[in-house]
Amino acid sequence: MPLREAFRLALQVIWANKMKSIFAVIGVFIGVMFLIAVVTIVQGMNRYMTDQVAGNFLGANTFQLRRYPDFNAGNISPDTWREWRRRPRITYDDARAAAAAITVPTSTAWESNTSAEVAYRDKSARIRVIGATEDYFEVRNWTIEFGRAFSTQEVRNGQPVVVIGSKVAEGLFENLDPLGREITIRGLPYRVVGVVESQGNIFGFSLDEFAVAPALSPVKRFANPPRVVDVLLVKAQSPEDMETAMADVEAVMRSRRHLRPAQDNSFALESAAGVLDFWGQINRIMFAVLPGLVSISLVVGGIVIMNIMLMSVAERTREIGIRKSLGARRRDILRQFLVESALLATLGAAIGIGVGLAVAAIVDMTTPLPASVAPWSIVVGVLLGAGVGIAAGLYPASRAARLDPVEAMRQE
Amino acid sequence: MSGTALIRVRQLTREYRMDAEIVQALRGVSTEILPNEYVAIMGPSGSGKSTLMNLIGCLDTPTSGEYWLNGVEVSQMDDDELARVRNREIGFVFQTFNLLPRASALHNVELPLIYAGVRASIRRERAVTALMRVGLADRMGHKPSELSGGQRQRVAIARGLVNQPSILLADEPTGNLDSATSGEIMAVFDELHRQGQTIVMVTHERDIAERAHRIITLLDGVIHSDTMREAA
Repeated sequence: MPLREAFRLALQVIWANKMKSIFAVIGVFIGVMFLIAVVTIVQGMNRYMTDQVAGNFLGANTFQLRRYPDFNAGNISPDTWREWRRRPRITYDDARAAAAAITVPTSTAWESNTSAEVAYRDKSARIRVIGATEDYFEVRNWTIEFGRAFSTQEVRNGQPVVVIGSKVAEGLFENLDPLGREITIRGLPYRVVGVVESQGNIFGFSLDEFAVAPALSPVKRFANPPRVVDVLLVKAQSPEDMETAMADVEAVMRSRRHLRPAQDNSFALESAAGVLDFWGQINRIMFAVLPGLVSISLVVGGIVIMNIMLMSVAERTREIGIRKSLGARRRDILRQFLVESALLATLGAAIGIGVGLAVAAIVDMTTPLPASVAPWSIVVGVLLGAGVGIAAGLYPASRAARLDPVEAMRQE
Repeated sequence: MSGTALIRVRQLTREYRMDAEIVQALRGVSTEILPNEYVAIMGPSGSGKSTLMNLIGCLDTPTSGEYWLNGVEVSQMDDDELARVRNREIGFVFQTFNLLPRASALHNVELPLIYAGVRASIRRERAVTALMRVGLADRMGHKPSELSGGQRQRVAIARGLVNQPSILLADEPTGNLDSATSGEIMAVFDELHRQGQTIVMVTHERDIAERAHRIITLLDGVIHSDTMREAA
């Protein structure tokens, strides 16, 4: 029998026994749906982590010097916390010395963070306020959309000028041009000189709700104790340069803190690569667990299909006998049932792919978790479906093929 | 040794094992059937006529003995070779019709052609022609359940004929039909025979057997009598 006939016949049978077919493929359906949904969401988070989290948290070839790590893998023990809280802060002198010690071309910037009430006339918002130095925007890869960044002069003199995020500009000024207008930060007057281009959202949070003021401007009093910064940011021009710069900073900081070789760093150096490493670990765990879960449901699904096919062979014994009497060879019958079982499982997989993508899309829309379709997962889903179908169909099909025509036709 | 015999069987035996007991259904049957013969095989139940029918139809293989069909020995063939012989050389008509219930009359008739690997367009044409021969051209799209017993048997005959087989093998073809319909079906066989079709028919009804030109009677697994009637 030509393959085309076998497919036509299989579709007829599957369609004629809709309910049975649905039950038959439920295991494969669930397995593939699971695979697609999980892969799509993990892939989405993956892309998000790479493009957005890591990109925003720290750009390429950028690292930061801070008192203790900002991004932590796993739980932090109370002891670790206590040790971190005892560490000395990063002072202006530390930051200057570290920047001066770097032996490769880099851009550096200070960063101190606080949260503060920012107001314009009757409108106000509580946002992140950053005290920074003039190269901060470049180090962060932020583009000034309107106006300008503040200058070295303004930083040194602590001028009350501010660059705001696009969401803040929208919230406070609506349709007004924010440039040159005076806002207050914790009641202190600041003049808006620039607006940063929108950074979008991450896990549902806007990245544009901030204001950046010169590190030495009046906000410094709220951000940190005197002469202290949260972070020294260093942006190098290549990964190799970054490694060198990190080593330079580590060396100078250890020497400033008088650490003996056996002692651990009393400060943290973090890069985007480090953050992605952490994400990579999570990713690896998920992709180690996923095949196990998927294969369990596929094995169960395969057993269900095998049983349904055995039932189907038993029910259609007479039909098989008739077909054999009319000249169907073993391989014709074998093919008929294999195609049916493979098609059944593949249809189940296809529905699983559809529903899996839908689930991922719903998760994407209703939660901050992002989704990104991995084309390979669809291919894998279809192949798994067909494979399970063929594997599960082999035994029933070969039983059908070996039936004796006389015996088979005797069956009612 | 007639080289022209369509069917030649020599000392055919067939044993079945039923639990510990061995049942000898055929105990050595030898005969020849020539092209364009119309043969009825008679006998009481248990005489071995169905077994002989299955052997001639290549649905079963003999325990011993030879079976030559069209000059080819089929008694030694394997499963797939037998399937090919059934497909090309033999058309079956069964007592219970044995149509596929979900398929239309046309598709049922197309089945042997599908297994012969005939292209779809030619297949359809030949199936339609076969249905026309049995007077069912207007019922092609109907499923068996939508047809009367006589019509179902006509579909089965069309299916038996569609591959232009050497022999049309009918096993109690009127067994499930009333006498009026039986007459119609027998008229179809008569007409097919007149057109040159070789027909072998198993029956236990004397009046049905009388339509054939030769009656072979089986008793206890051997040929009891083999009589030629005057050609019509």
